Parts: sequence; C-alpha cells; structure tokens
Amino acid sequence: MNIKINGAVHEVSDDASVSSVVTSVTGRALDLRGQAADGGKLGVAVARNSEVVPRSQWAATPLADGDELELVTAVQGG
Amino acid sequence: MTTASTDIRTDDALVIDGVEFGSRLIMGTGGAPSLDGLGAALLASGTELTTVAMRRYSPAETGSLFQLLVDNNIRVLPNTAGCFTAKDAVMTAELAREALETDWVKLEVIADEHTLLPDAVELVEATEQLVNRGFNVFAYTNDDPVLALRLENLGATAVMPLGSPIGTGLGILNPHNIELIVSRASVPVVLDAGIGTASDAALAMELGCDAVLLATAVTRAQNPVQMGQAFKHAVIAGRLARQAGRIPRREHALASSAMEGRAEFL
Repeated sequence: MNIKINGAVHEVSDDASVSSVVTSVTGRALDLRGQAADGGKLGVAVARNSEVVPRSQWAATPLADGDELELVTAVQGG
Repeated sequence: MTTASTDIRTDDALVIDGVEFGSRLIMGTGGAPSLDGLGAALLASGTELTTVAMRRYSPAETGSLFQLLVDNNIRVLPNTAGCFTAKDAVMTAELAREALETDWVKLEVIADEHTLLPDAVELVEATEQLVNRGFNVFAYTNDDPVLALRLENLGATAVMPLGSPIGTGLGILNPHNIELIVSRASVPVVLDAGIGTASDAALAMELGCDAVLLATAVTRAQNPVQMGQAFKHAVIAGRLARQAGRIPRREHALASSAMEGRAEFL
C-alpha cells in the first residue's frame, strides 16, 4: 500500500505499523513502549491523519492505504 | 577582609513550575550555522534552558540537537514557531510533548511573517486550550500589560513580553511597559525577542524581569562564544543591580566629594 510520510509517497508493506515506519525512517529499533531500544532518546513524534499517535500506541497502530503521517523532531529555533 | 565575589547569590535561583535554574539566561537555538558552534555558544552562555522548534524529521540532519541538549544537561523548551493559528499551535505543542517528553511549551502564535508579532486573539485562545490540556505555557506576547495579565489569569506559567520584534536587535523599545508588566505579574516574566547586545539583557533584568530569552544575538554574533559569555555576565549584572537598588535620578549634579576641608591657594 501507499502512504505519505512527511509529504512524500512511500510504498510500505500491508502489515506496516506506525512503529515500523518510525524505525525505517530513523534507523532505530523501538521497544513496545515506543522508546528507542538503544536506550537513547528518540525525540520523535508522529501524527497520523492530523491526530497525534502517542508513542505507547505506535506498535498497535496499523496503517491503511492513503494514510498521511507526519514525523517531527526538535530542530534549531528561537 | 572579605574578598570581592562576582558570583550571583546562590539562593537566587529562578524557579519555574518547581524546577530551579541557576542561570537566568534562556537561550534559543535558532540562527546557528553549525551544531558544533551552537553547542560551544550554549555552554559559554551558561544557559540551563533552551528553546527548539518542531519540524519534519529529516534523516540527513538526524536528531542530534536534542541529543546535544540531553548530553549537556540543558532542559528543552519546545516552541510553536511558525504557527499562525491557535489550532496549529496546539497541534505543534502536542507533538512536542510527545517527542520531547515535556509539557512545557513556548507558545508563539504570530500574525504575519513581516512583523512576526504575536496575534493576541489567537494567543489567548491557544493559551486557554493548552492550559486545559495540562501544558505549562510560556506565552510569547506583545509588550502589552493588559494582555500579559490576561495570559497569566488564563493560567500561563510564565509571560514573555517582547523587547522588540524577533531578530531585529532593537533592544527594549518600551521599558515602561516592561516595568508595568513586571509590577503586576505574579508569574515569572521573561523578556523575549529583540535583544541586540549585552546591555539590552542587563536592562531587562534591571527593569525587574526574572529572565531573558535570546537566540540570534548570540548565534549570529561575529563571535558567538564570546557573546554568550557577555550575556551570561550581563544577566547576572542586571539582576544584581536590580536587587541592589539603584540611586534615584536627579535633575542636577550632586558632588560625591565633600566641599569642606579644601586647601586654599592664593
């Protein structure tokens, strides 16, 4: 299926979850609570179709064709 | 004989939402050309709290800014920069809370890109919504004593009046209003935006502000590390001067040397 990640169309497997997309974009494995498995801070939040998905729900949130995900993080700003 | 000390009183911590800060300088991270340079300037400034913006994750950039702050034990204050409506600001704050695991947010709701001035109506609306959602709202506001009090009454954790528009370096254009805001506030007042150089920050503290927030004055200075140090000292100096109590202004001169006992010459 096709979904949008930060405005660009990506093809993902039919069993993709928010968690699997975050891992593929950031390159970091996640535990079931949505924390980085390496013990560091992930610093990423996800909105799915303009609704924030709490990190604790990432693994349990399946995606549907046409979903629009926004992955945001902290950048320099005043 | 006691030795002179340049250290600020150790019992004079800034306390926000129960969190103590030894430094009253809050740094923004915007405008720095490199992350390494930014890190050096932040350390030089002695800041313990810095703002960040929330933007789309880009694999090229990586999340190392957040890691830099975590590594240096600097608390993060996400902002809602770039939001023009209460709706966008609330969404951005929710994402920041989730990403950075803090319910502190510097609320910026601007009217237009030309002035970057706060939109008072949207700001009030967003403050109300965010307070209801359990956020600690640091409200970036106009230097308007009436609006500042409104934001406090809505539950803002701190009010942050601008000295002058963002990035202008024009300093504090209406010191009287800043003093008025301070005199009526019972939450911390943070002078935010418009700071150009160290004396602007000292003035803010002399006017009674609890802290100063600045970014580009350091990050775009020719020597950011040295300017960071300058602001560190300026904020301490202004705070000490405020507490020491300045002399009243006079219209005419007042000699500090006694007239009696002068030698007489032919």
